[in-house]
Amino acid sequence: MTDTDDPDVTIDSKDASCPGPLMALIGKVKTLDAGTVVELQTTARNSTTDVPEWLEEAGHELLEIEERDEYWSIYLEVN
Amino acid sequence: MHRVAIVGGGTGGTVLANRLADELRSEIEAGKVEVRLITADPNHVYKPTFLYVPFGKKTVDDAKRPIEELVDRRVTLTIDEVVDVDTDRNRLSLADRTTRLHYDQLVLATGANLEPEAVPGLAEGGHHFYGPDGAERLRDELADFTEGHLVLSVVGVPHMCPAAPVEFPLMVDDWLRERGRREDVEITYTYPINRAHGLESVADWATDLFEERDIAVETFFNVDEVDPDAELIQTVEGDELEYDLLVAIPPHRGSDLVIDAGLGEDGWVDVDRHTLEATEAEDVYAIGDVADVPTSKAGSVAHYEAGAVADRIASRARGETPTATYDGKTVCFLEAGMDEATFIEFTYGEEPYVREPSKPIHWAKLGYNESYWLTARGLL
Ligand SMILES: Cc1cc2nc3c(=O)[nH]c(=O)nc-3n(C[C@H](O)[C@H](O)[C@H](O)COP(=O)(O)OP(=O)(O)OC[C@H]3O[C@@H](n4cnc5c(N)ncnc54)[C@H](O)[C@@H]3O)c2cc1C
Repeated sequence: MTDTDDPDVTIDSKDASCPGPLMALIGKVKTLDAGTVVELQTTARNSTTDVPEWLEEAGHELLEIEERDEYWSIYLEVN
Repeated sequence: MHRVAIVGGGTGGTVLANRLADELRSEIEAGKVEVRLITADPNHVYKPTFLYVPFGKKTVDDAKRPIEELVDRRVTLTIDEVVDVDTDRNRLSLADRTTRLHYDQLVLATGANLEPEAVPGLAEGGHHFYGPDGAERLRDELADFTEGHLVLSVVGVPHMCPAAPVEFPLMVDDWLRERGRREDVEITYTYPINRAHGLESVADWATDLFEERDIAVETFFNVDEVDPDAELIQTVEGDELEYDLLVAIPPHRGSDLVIDAGLGEDGWVDVDRHTLEATEAEDVYAIGDVADVPTSKAGSVAHYEAGAVADRIASRARGETPTATYDGKTVCFLEAGMDEATFIEFTYGEEPYVREPSKPIHWAKLGYNESYWLTARGLL
Protein backbone atom coordinates (compact mmCIF):
# COMPACT_ATOMS: atom_id res chain seq x y z
CA MET A 1 0.00 0.00 0.00
CA THR A 2 1.40 3.39 -0.96
CA ASP A 3 0.88 6.55 1.07
CA THR A 4 -1.58 7.89 -1.46
CA ASP A 5 -4.01 4.99 -0.96
CA ASP A 6 -4.61 6.12 2.57
CA PRO A 7 -4.01 9.85 3.07
CA ASP A 8 -4.00 11.18 6.64
CA VAL A 9 -6.07 14.21 5.68
CA THR A 10 -8.51 14.73 2.83
CA ILE A 11 -9.54 18.23 1.80
CA ASP A 12 -12.71 18.31 -0.27
CA SER A 13 -12.43 21.48 -2.34
CA LYS A 14 -14.62 20.27 -5.19
CA ASP A 15 -16.63 23.14 -6.72
CA ALA A 16 -14.50 25.69 -4.88
CA SER A 17 -14.16 29.01 -6.57
CA CYS A 18 -12.97 31.35 -3.83
CA PRO A 19 -10.66 31.48 -2.01
CA GLY A 20 -9.86 28.43 -4.05
CA PRO A 21 -8.55 24.94 -3.43
CA LEU A 22 -4.98 26.16 -3.07
CA MET A 23 -6.04 28.58 -0.35
CA ALA A 24 -7.86 25.79 1.46
CA LEU A 25 -4.73 23.68 1.16
CA ILE A 26 -2.41 26.39 2.49
CA GLY A 27 -4.72 27.08 5.44
CA LYS A 28 -4.70 23.38 6.33
CA VAL A 29 -1.05 22.55 5.67
CA LYS A 30 0.04 25.21 8.16
CA THR A 31 -1.66 23.24 10.92
CA LEU A 32 -0.17 19.83 10.02
CA ASP A 33 2.97 18.05 11.17
CA ALA A 34 5.78 17.04 8.85
CA GLY A 35 5.16 13.67 7.24
CA THR A 36 1.38 14.10 6.99
CA VAL A 37 -0.02 12.87 3.68
CA VAL A 38 -2.79 15.06 2.29
CA GLU A 39 -5.25 14.48 -0.52
CA LEU A 40 -6.68 17.65 -2.06
CA GLN A 41 -9.80 17.02 -4.12
CA THR A 42 -10.45 19.74 -6.68
CA THR A 43 -12.56 20.35 -9.76
CA ALA A 44 -10.53 23.41 -10.79
CA ARG A 45 -8.14 22.50 -13.60
CA ASN A 46 -5.70 25.28 -12.67
CA SER A 47 -5.15 23.58 -9.29
CA THR A 48 -3.13 20.95 -11.13
CA THR A 49 -0.55 23.61 -11.97
CA ASP A 50 -1.04 26.09 -9.07
CA VAL A 51 -0.70 23.48 -6.36
CA PRO A 52 2.55 21.87 -7.58
CA GLU A 53 4.02 25.35 -8.03
CA TRP A 54 3.15 26.34 -4.48
CA LEU A 55 4.42 23.04 -3.06
CA GLU A 56 7.74 23.65 -4.73
CA GLU A 57 7.95 27.23 -3.37
CA ALA A 58 6.94 26.20 0.12
CA GLY A 59 9.11 23.06 0.17
CA HIS A 60 6.43 20.36 0.44
CA GLU A 61 6.48 17.22 -1.65
CA LEU A 62 4.09 16.47 -4.50
CA LEU A 63 3.37 12.74 -4.49
CA GLU A 64 0.84 12.19 -7.24
CA ILE A 65 -1.96 13.81 -9.23
CA GLU A 66 -4.76 11.46 -10.12
CA GLU A 67 -7.47 12.38 -12.59
CA ARG A 68 -10.81 10.90 -11.58
CA ASP A 69 -14.18 11.01 -13.35
CA GLU A 70 -15.29 14.33 -11.96
CA TYR A 71 -12.31 15.78 -10.09
CA TRP A 72 -8.58 15.59 -9.49
CA SER A 73 -6.91 14.17 -6.39
CA ILE A 74 -3.62 15.87 -5.65
CA TYR A 75 -1.53 13.98 -3.09
CA LEU A 76 1.28 15.63 -1.17
CA GLU A 77 3.43 15.18 1.87
CA VAL A 78 3.98 18.01 4.34
CA ASN A 79 7.63 18.79 5.06
CA MET B 1 -44.08 21.63 20.08
CA HIS B 2 -41.41 21.60 17.36
CA ARG B 3 -38.35 23.49 18.62
CA VAL B 4 -35.95 25.26 16.29
CA ALA B 5 -32.79 26.62 17.94
CA ILE B 6 -30.43 29.02 16.17
CA VAL B 7 -27.07 29.77 17.79
CA GLY B 8 -25.50 33.13 16.85
CA GLY B 9 -27.21 36.45 16.18
CA GLY B 10 -24.94 37.74 13.41
CA THR B 11 -25.93 38.14 9.77
CA GLY B 12 -26.86 34.49 9.16
CA GLY B 13 -28.65 33.78 12.44
CA THR B 14 -30.65 37.00 12.45
CA VAL B 15 -31.82 36.74 8.84
CA LEU B 16 -32.74 33.10 9.45
CA ALA B 17 -34.70 33.78 12.66
CA ASN B 18 -36.69 36.54 10.96
CA ARG B 19 -37.37 34.45 7.84
CA LEU B 20 -38.64 31.59 10.00
CA ALA B 21 -40.79 33.93 12.10
CA ASP B 22 -42.42 34.98 8.85
CA GLU B 23 -42.70 31.57 7.18
CA LEU B 24 -43.95 29.82 10.31
CA ARG B 25 -46.03 32.72 11.58
CA SER B 26 -49.26 30.76 12.05
CA GLU B 27 -47.56 27.67 13.53
CA ILE B 28 -45.71 29.86 16.07
CA GLU B 29 -48.88 31.71 16.99
CA ALA B 30 -50.71 28.41 17.42
CA GLY B 31 -47.98 27.24 19.82
CA LYS B 32 -46.93 24.37 17.52
CA VAL B 33 -43.48 25.72 16.70
CA GLU B 34 -40.90 27.68 18.67
CA VAL B 35 -38.07 29.60 16.97
CA ARG B 36 -35.38 30.49 19.49
CA LEU B 37 -32.32 32.61 18.77
CA ILE B 38 -29.52 32.23 21.30
CA THR B 39 -26.72 34.73 20.98
CA ALA B 40 -23.87 35.73 23.27
CA ASP B 41 -23.71 39.42 22.37
CA PRO B 42 -26.73 41.66 23.12
CA ASN B 43 -25.63 43.67 20.07
CA HIS B 44 -25.78 42.61 16.45
CA VAL B 45 -22.53 43.62 14.77
CA TYR B 46 -22.32 44.51 11.07
CA LYS B 47 -18.65 43.84 10.41
CA PRO B 48 -18.25 45.45 6.94
CA THR B 49 -18.44 48.81 8.76
CA PHE B 50 -14.96 48.14 10.21
CA LEU B 51 -13.35 48.69 6.78
CA TYR B 52 -14.29 52.38 6.99
CA VAL B 53 -13.20 52.93 10.61
CA PRO B 54 -9.41 53.28 9.92
CA PHE B 55 -10.20 56.13 7.50
CA GLY B 56 -12.43 57.94 10.00
CA LYS B 57 -15.48 57.44 7.76
CA LYS B 58 -17.42 55.33 10.28
CA THR B 59 -17.16 54.56 13.97
CA VAL B 60 -17.29 51.25 15.77
CA ASP B 61 -20.63 52.30 17.25
CA ASP B 62 -22.04 52.60 13.72
CA ALA B 63 -21.53 48.83 13.38
CA LYS B 64 -23.79 47.89 16.31
CA ARG B 65 -27.52 47.69 17.00
CA PRO B 66 -29.25 45.91 19.90
CA ILE B 67 -30.27 42.49 18.56
CA GLU B 68 -33.62 42.94 20.32
CA GLU B 69 -34.51 45.71 17.85
CA LEU B 70 -33.76 43.50 14.87
CA VAL B 71 -35.62 40.28 15.57
CA ASP B 72 -39.28 39.62 15.00
CA ARG B 73 -41.32 39.49 18.22
CA ARG B 74 -42.33 35.91 17.39
CA VAL B 75 -38.73 34.81 17.91
CA THR B 76 -37.79 33.79 21.45
CA LEU B 77 -34.56 35.64 22.12
CA THR B 78 -32.01 34.34 24.64
CA ILE B 79 -28.88 36.38 25.31
CA ASP B 80 -26.42 33.77 26.49
CA GLU B 81 -23.46 31.74 25.33
CA VAL B 82 -23.93 28.16 24.18
CA VAL B 83 -21.10 26.10 25.66
CA ASP B 84 -22.04 22.59 24.63
CA VAL B 85 -23.93 20.90 21.83
CA ASP B 86 -25.01 17.32 22.44
CA THR B 87 -26.14 16.00 19.08
CA ASP B 88 -27.03 12.55 20.48
CA ARG B 89 -29.57 13.97 22.89
CA ASN B 90 -30.53 16.96 20.72
CA ARG B 91 -29.76 19.53 23.40
CA LEU B 92 -27.65 22.58 24.14
CA SER B 93 -26.07 23.84 27.36
CA LEU B 94 -25.87 27.53 28.20
CA ALA B 95 -22.99 29.26 30.01
CA ASP B 96 -24.22 28.48 33.52
CA ARG B 97 -24.03 24.80 32.46
CA THR B 98 -27.24 23.99 34.30
CA THR B 99 -29.63 25.34 31.70
CA ARG B 100 -30.23 22.86 28.91
CA LEU B 101 -32.39 23.45 25.87
CA HIS B 102 -33.87 20.71 23.73
CA TYR B 103 -34.08 21.14 19.97
CA ASP B 104 -35.73 19.33 17.10
CA GLN B 105 -33.70 21.26 14.54
CA LEU B 106 -30.52 23.19 15.30
CA VAL B 107 -28.66 25.78 13.24
CA LEU B 108 -25.15 26.88 14.11
CA ALA B 109 -24.38 30.42 12.90
CA THR B 110 -21.55 31.30 15.24
CA GLY B 111 -19.29 32.98 12.67
CA ALA B 112 -15.49 33.05 12.54
CA ASN B 113 -13.02 34.08 15.23
CA LEU B 114 -9.81 36.02 14.72
CA GLU B 115 -6.63 34.40 15.88
CA PRO B 116 -3.63 36.72 15.32
CA GLU B 117 -1.78 34.74 18.04
CA ALA B 118 -1.51 31.80 15.62
CA VAL B 119 1.44 33.54 13.94
CA PRO B 120 4.36 34.42 16.26
CA GLY B 121 4.80 38.19 16.64
CA LEU B 122 1.72 39.12 14.61
CA ALA B 123 -0.43 40.27 17.53
CA GLU B 124 2.39 42.56 18.75
CA GLY B 125 3.71 43.69 15.37
CA GLY B 126 0.62 43.89 13.20
CA HIS B 127 -2.62 45.84 12.93
CA HIS B 128 -5.94 44.78 11.47
CA PHE B 129 -9.38 46.18 10.73
CA TYR B 130 -11.30 42.93 11.22
CA GLY B 131 -12.67 43.72 14.68
CA PRO B 132 -13.68 46.82 16.66
CA ASP B 133 -10.52 47.25 18.74
CA GLY B 134 -8.18 46.54 15.83
CA ALA B 135 -10.01 48.99 13.57
CA GLU B 136 -9.79 51.77 16.18
CA ARG B 137 -6.10 51.16 16.87
CA LEU B 138 -5.40 51.22 13.14
CA ARG B 139 -7.35 54.49 12.76
CA ASP B 140 -5.07 56.11 15.39
CA GLU B 141 -1.93 54.67 13.81
CA LEU B 142 -2.88 55.69 10.28
CA ALA B 143 -3.73 59.23 11.34
CA ASP B 144 -0.11 59.67 12.48
CA PHE B 145 1.51 57.70 9.66
CA THR B 146 3.16 60.20 7.37
CA GLU B 147 5.98 58.24 5.77
CA GLY B 148 7.44 54.76 5.46
CA HIS B 149 6.45 51.32 4.20
CA LEU B 150 2.87 50.18 4.66
CA VAL B 151 2.36 46.47 4.08
CA LEU B 152 -1.08 44.87 3.69
CA SER B 153 -0.53 41.16 4.14
CA VAL B 154 -3.07 38.39 3.76
CA VAL B 155 -1.76 36.13 6.48
CA GLY B 156 -4.63 33.82 7.17
CA VAL B 157 -6.71 31.76 4.79
CA PRO B 158 -9.60 31.17 4.82
CA HIS B 159 -10.65 34.61 6.00
CA MET B 160 -13.81 36.72 6.09
CA CYS B 161 -14.68 38.78 3.02
CA PRO B 162 -12.77 38.03 -0.17
CA ALA B 163 -12.81 41.71 -1.11
CA ALA B 164 -11.45 43.51 1.96
CA PRO B 165 -7.72 42.72 1.47
CA VAL B 166 -7.81 44.19 -2.05
CA GLU B 167 -9.97 47.12 -1.03
CA PHE B 168 -7.77 48.32 1.79
CA PRO B 169 -4.60 49.15 -0.23
CA LEU B 170 -6.69 50.86 -2.92
CA MET B 171 -8.50 52.91 -0.28
CA VAL B 172 -5.36 53.78 1.64
CA ASP B 173 -3.65 54.83 -1.61
CA ASP B 174 -6.49 57.23 -2.40
CA TRP B 175 -6.75 58.44 1.18
CA LEU B 176 -3.02 59.23 1.35
CA ARG B 177 -3.17 61.01 -2.03
CA GLU B 178 -5.99 63.21 -0.74
CA ARG B 179 -3.72 64.17 2.15
CA GLY B 180 -0.69 64.81 -0.04
CA ARG B 181 1.24 62.03 1.69
CA ARG B 182 1.25 59.31 -0.90
CA GLU B 183 4.73 60.12 -2.20
CA ASP B 184 6.26 59.48 1.20
CA VAL B 185 4.55 56.14 1.69
CA GLU B 186 5.46 52.95 -0.09
CA ILE B 187 2.61 50.37 -0.23
CA THR B 188 3.06 46.62 -0.64
CA TYR B 189 0.31 44.00 -0.87
CA THR B 190 1.12 40.35 -0.20
CA TYR B 191 -0.88 37.21 -1.00
CA PRO B 192 -0.21 33.53 -0.21
CA ILE B 193 -0.60 32.02 -3.69
CA ASN B 194 1.02 32.73 -7.04
CA ARG B 195 -1.37 35.56 -7.98
CA ALA B 196 -2.88 38.56 -6.20
CA HIS B 197 -6.18 36.87 -5.27
CA GLY B 198 -7.83 33.45 -5.01
CA LEU B 199 -10.30 34.36 -7.75
CA GLU B 200 -8.46 34.69 -11.04
CA SER B 201 -10.64 37.48 -12.40
CA VAL B 202 -10.19 39.51 -9.21
CA ALA B 203 -6.45 38.80 -9.27
CA ASP B 204 -6.18 40.14 -12.86
CA TRP B 205 -8.27 43.18 -12.03
CA ALA B 206 -6.36 43.98 -8.84
CA THR B 207 -2.92 43.42 -10.41
CA ASP B 208 -3.63 46.03 -13.11
CA LEU B 209 -5.02 48.52 -10.60
CA PHE B 210 -2.14 47.99 -8.17
CA GLU B 211 0.34 48.63 -10.97
CA GLU B 212 -1.50 51.79 -12.01
CA ARG B 213 -1.45 53.08 -8.44
CA ASP B 214 2.11 52.11 -7.67
CA ILE B 215 1.24 49.42 -5.12
CA ALA B 216 3.86 46.66 -5.08
CA VAL B 217 2.65 43.05 -5.07
CA GLU B 218 4.39 40.05 -3.47
CA THR B 219 2.86 36.66 -4.24
CA PHE B 220 3.66 33.20 -2.86
CA PHE B 221 4.00 35.07 0.41
CA ASN B 222 2.98 32.99 3.44
CA VAL B 223 3.83 34.71 6.68
CA ASP B 224 5.65 32.41 9.06
CA GLU B 225 6.70 34.89 11.71
CA VAL B 226 6.72 38.62 12.47
CA ASP B 227 9.56 40.26 14.37
CA PRO B 228 7.94 43.32 15.98
CA ASP B 229 11.27 44.79 17.17
CA ALA B 230 13.02 44.55 13.83
CA GLU B 231 9.70 45.31 11.99
CA LEU B 232 10.35 42.36 9.74
CA ILE B 233 8.13 39.67 8.24
CA GLN B 234 9.55 36.22 7.50
CA THR B 235 7.78 33.83 5.16
CA VAL B 236 7.41 30.08 4.86
CA GLU B 237 9.02 30.43 1.42
CA GLY B 238 12.15 31.93 3.03
CA ASP B 239 11.61 35.61 2.08
CA GLU B 240 11.86 38.68 4.32
CA LEU B 241 10.04 41.99 4.11
CA GLU B 242 10.56 45.10 6.25
CA TYR B 243 7.60 47.25 7.22
CA ASP B 244 6.84 50.42 9.15
CA LEU B 245 3.12 49.76 9.39
CA LEU B 246 1.84 46.21 8.99
CA VAL B 247 -1.87 45.71 8.33
CA ALA B 248 -2.68 42.02 8.31
CA ILE B 249 -5.68 39.90 7.50
CA PRO B 250 -5.18 37.71 10.58
CA PRO B 251 -5.69 33.95 10.69
CA HIS B 252 -9.27 32.89 11.45
CA ARG B 253 -10.57 29.91 13.32
CA GLY B 254 -13.94 28.31 13.76
CA SER B 255 -15.30 27.41 17.16
CA ASP B 256 -14.34 24.97 19.91
CA LEU B 257 -18.05 24.29 20.27
CA VAL B 258 -17.93 22.67 16.83
CA ILE B 259 -14.82 20.62 17.59
CA ASP B 260 -16.17 19.44 20.97
CA ALA B 261 -19.48 18.46 19.39
CA GLY B 262 -17.62 16.39 16.76
CA LEU B 263 -19.12 18.44 13.94
CA GLY B 264 -15.86 19.46 12.28
CA GLU B 265 -12.22 18.84 13.09
CA ASP B 266 -10.94 22.37 12.72
CA GLY B 267 -13.88 24.32 14.12
CA TRP B 268 -15.77 24.73 10.84
CA VAL B 269 -18.89 22.55 10.55
CA ASP B 270 -18.66 19.88 7.84
CA VAL B 271 -21.85 20.24 5.83
CA ASP B 272 -23.39 19.19 2.57
CA ARG B 273 -22.69 22.23 0.40
CA HIS B 274 -26.21 22.31 -1.05
CA THR B 275 -28.45 21.35 1.88
CA LEU B 276 -26.16 22.82 4.59
CA GLU B 277 -26.95 19.82 6.79
CA ALA B 278 -24.10 18.71 9.05
CA THR B 279 -22.48 15.54 7.79
CA GLU B 280 -21.63 14.27 11.27
CA ALA B 281 -25.02 14.62 13.02
CA GLU B 282 -28.74 14.55 12.40
CA ASP B 283 -31.01 17.60 12.69
CA VAL B 284 -28.09 20.05 12.59
CA TYR B 285 -27.43 22.76 9.98
CA ALA B 286 -24.68 25.35 9.74
CA ILE B 287 -24.80 28.66 7.89
CA GLY B 288 -22.50 31.64 7.48
CA ASP B 289 -18.80 31.70 8.23
CA VAL B 290 -18.87 28.63 10.49
CA ALA B 291 -20.10 26.38 7.66
CA ASP B 292 -17.33 24.72 5.67
CA VAL B 293 -18.51 25.29 2.10
CA PRO B 294 -16.29 26.00 -0.90
CA THR B 295 -17.07 29.68 -1.26
CA SER B 296 -16.16 32.91 0.53
CA LYS B 297 -16.86 33.72 4.15
CA ALA B 298 -19.13 36.63 3.28
CA GLY B 299 -22.30 38.20 4.63
CA SER B 300 -24.06 37.61 1.31
CA VAL B 301 -23.30 33.90 1.61
CA ALA B 302 -24.74 33.83 5.15
CA HIS B 303 -27.81 35.65 3.85
CA TYR B 304 -28.51 33.32 0.89
CA GLU B 305 -27.78 30.25 2.99
CA ALA B 306 -30.24 31.50 5.62
CA GLY B 307 -32.92 31.70 2.91
CA ALA B 308 -32.39 28.08 1.83
CA VAL B 309 -32.19 26.75 5.39
CA ALA B 310 -35.31 28.70 6.45
CA ASP B 311 -37.23 26.89 3.70
CA ARG B 312 -35.82 23.50 4.66
CA ILE B 313 -36.57 23.99 8.36
CA ALA B 314 -40.06 25.31 7.73
CA SER B 315 -40.82 22.30 5.50
CA ARG B 316 -39.65 19.87 8.16
CA ALA B 317 -41.53 21.69 10.93
CA ARG B 318 -44.66 21.17 8.84
CA GLY B 319 -43.86 17.50 8.27
CA GLU B 320 -43.00 18.03 4.58
CA THR B 321 -39.87 16.92 2.72
CA PRO B 322 -37.46 19.86 2.32
CA THR B 323 -36.38 20.68 -1.23
CA ALA B 324 -34.72 24.12 -1.08
CA THR B 325 -30.96 24.18 -1.67
CA TYR B 326 -28.12 26.72 -1.74
CA ASP B 327 -26.20 26.99 -5.03
CA GLY B 328 -23.14 28.83 -3.73
CA LYS B 329 -24.42 32.29 -4.63
CA THR B 330 -21.99 34.96 -3.46
CA VAL B 331 -22.10 38.69 -4.07
CA CYS B 332 -19.28 41.02 -3.06
CA PHE B 333 -18.78 44.71 -3.54
CA LEU B 334 -15.20 45.85 -4.10
CA GLU B 335 -14.13 49.41 -3.28
CA ALA B 336 -11.56 50.56 -5.85
CA GLY B 337 -10.65 53.70 -3.91
CA MET B 338 -12.54 56.19 -1.75
CA ASP B 339 -15.25 56.98 -4.33
CA GLU B 340 -15.40 54.14 -6.85
CA ALA B 341 -16.42 50.52 -6.55
CA THR B 342 -17.36 47.42 -8.50
CA PHE B 343 -18.99 44.11 -7.58
CA ILE B 344 -18.80 40.42 -8.36
CA GLU B 345 -21.42 37.71 -8.31
CA PHE B 346 -20.91 33.97 -8.68
CA THR B 347 -22.13 30.50 -7.71
CA TYR B 348 -20.21 27.28 -6.95
CA GLY B 349 -17.57 26.59 -9.56
CA GLU B 350 -18.25 29.81 -11.48
CA GLU B 351 -15.58 32.42 -12.20
CA PRO B 352 -16.96 35.94 -11.61
CA TYR B 353 -16.69 38.80 -14.04
CA VAL B 354 -15.32 42.08 -12.66
CA ARG B 355 -17.06 45.17 -14.03
CA GLU B 356 -15.40 48.54 -14.57
CA PRO B 357 -15.47 50.41 -11.20
CA SER B 358 -17.81 53.39 -11.02
CA LYS B 359 -19.10 56.01 -8.60
CA PRO B 360 -22.71 54.71 -8.71
CA ILE B 361 -21.54 51.28 -7.53
CA HIS B 362 -19.61 52.93 -4.69
CA TRP B 363 -22.80 54.73 -3.68
CA ALA B 364 -24.69 51.45 -3.99
CA LYS B 365 -22.25 49.85 -1.55
CA LEU B 366 -22.68 52.68 0.95
CA GLY B 367 -26.44 52.51 0.41
CA TYR B 368 -26.40 48.77 1.01
CA ASN B 369 -24.47 49.32 4.24
CA GLU B 370 -27.27 51.62 5.43
CA SER B 371 -30.10 49.38 4.28
CA TYR B 372 -28.34 46.39 5.84
CA TRP B 373 -30.45 46.83 8.96
CA LEU B 374 -33.53 46.07 6.86
CA THR B 375 -31.77 42.99 5.47
CA ALA B 376 -31.08 41.72 8.98
CA ARG B 377 -34.75 42.23 9.83
CA GLY B 378 -35.58 39.97 6.92
CA LEU B 379 -37.27 42.77 4.98
CA LEU B 380 -34.82 42.89 2.06
C1 LIG C 1 -13.76 44.17 7.75
C2 LIG C 1 -14.78 43.24 7.20
C3 LIG C 1 -15.44 43.58 6.03
C4 LIG C 1 -16.39 42.75 5.50
N1 LIG C 1 -17.02 43.14 4.35
C5 LIG C 1 -17.95 42.35 3.80
C6 LIG C 1 -18.64 42.75 2.63
O1 LIG C 1 -18.41 43.83 2.09
N2 LIG C 1 -19.55 41.91 2.12
C7 LIG C 1 -19.84 40.70 2.69
O2 LIG C 1 -20.69 39.98 2.17
N3 LIG C 1 -19.22 40.30 3.82
C8 LIG C 1 -18.28 41.09 4.39
N4 LIG C 1 -17.64 40.69 5.54
C9 LIG C 1 -17.89 39.34 6.10
C10 LIG C 1 -19.16 39.26 6.93
O3 LIG C 1 -19.15 40.24 7.93
C11 LIG C 1 -19.28 37.88 7.56
O4 LIG C 1 -19.10 36.91 6.56
C12 LIG C 1 -20.66 37.68 8.21
O5 LIG C 1 -20.77 38.51 9.33
C13 LIG C 1 -20.88 36.23 8.61
O6 LIG C 1 -22.09 36.11 9.29
P1 LIG C 1 -22.32 34.97 10.37
O7 LIG C 1 -23.75 35.06 10.73
O8 LIG C 1 -21.76 33.71 9.91
O9 LIG C 1 -21.40 35.39 11.60
P2 LIG C 1 -21.31 36.73 12.45
O10 LIG C 1 -22.00 37.85 11.76
O11 LIG C 1 -19.89 36.88 12.81
O12 LIG C 1 -22.12 36.40 13.79
C14 LIG C 1 -21.78 35.37 14.68
C15 LIG C 1 -22.61 35.54 15.95
O13 LIG C 1 -22.53 34.38 16.75
C16 LIG C 1 -22.41 34.75 18.11
N5 LIG C 1 -21.79 33.62 18.80
C17 LIG C 1 -20.58 33.06 18.55
N6 LIG C 1 -20.37 32.00 19.37
C18 LIG C 1 -21.47 31.87 20.15
C19 LIG C 1 -21.86 30.95 21.19
N7 LIG C 1 -21.07 29.96 21.58
N8 LIG C 1 -23.07 31.13 21.80
C20 LIG C 1 -23.89 32.13 21.41
N9 LIG C 1 -23.57 33.03 20.43
C21 LIG C 1 -22.39 32.89 19.80
C22 LIG C 1 -21.58 36.02 18.06
O14 LIG C 1 -21.72 36.79 19.22
C23 LIG C 1 -22.18 36.70 16.83
O15 LIG C 1 -23.32 37.44 17.17
C24 LIG C 1 -16.69 41.53 6.13
C25 LIG C 1 -16.03 41.17 7.32
C26 LIG C 1 -15.10 42.02 7.85
C27 LIG C 1 -14.41 41.63 9.12
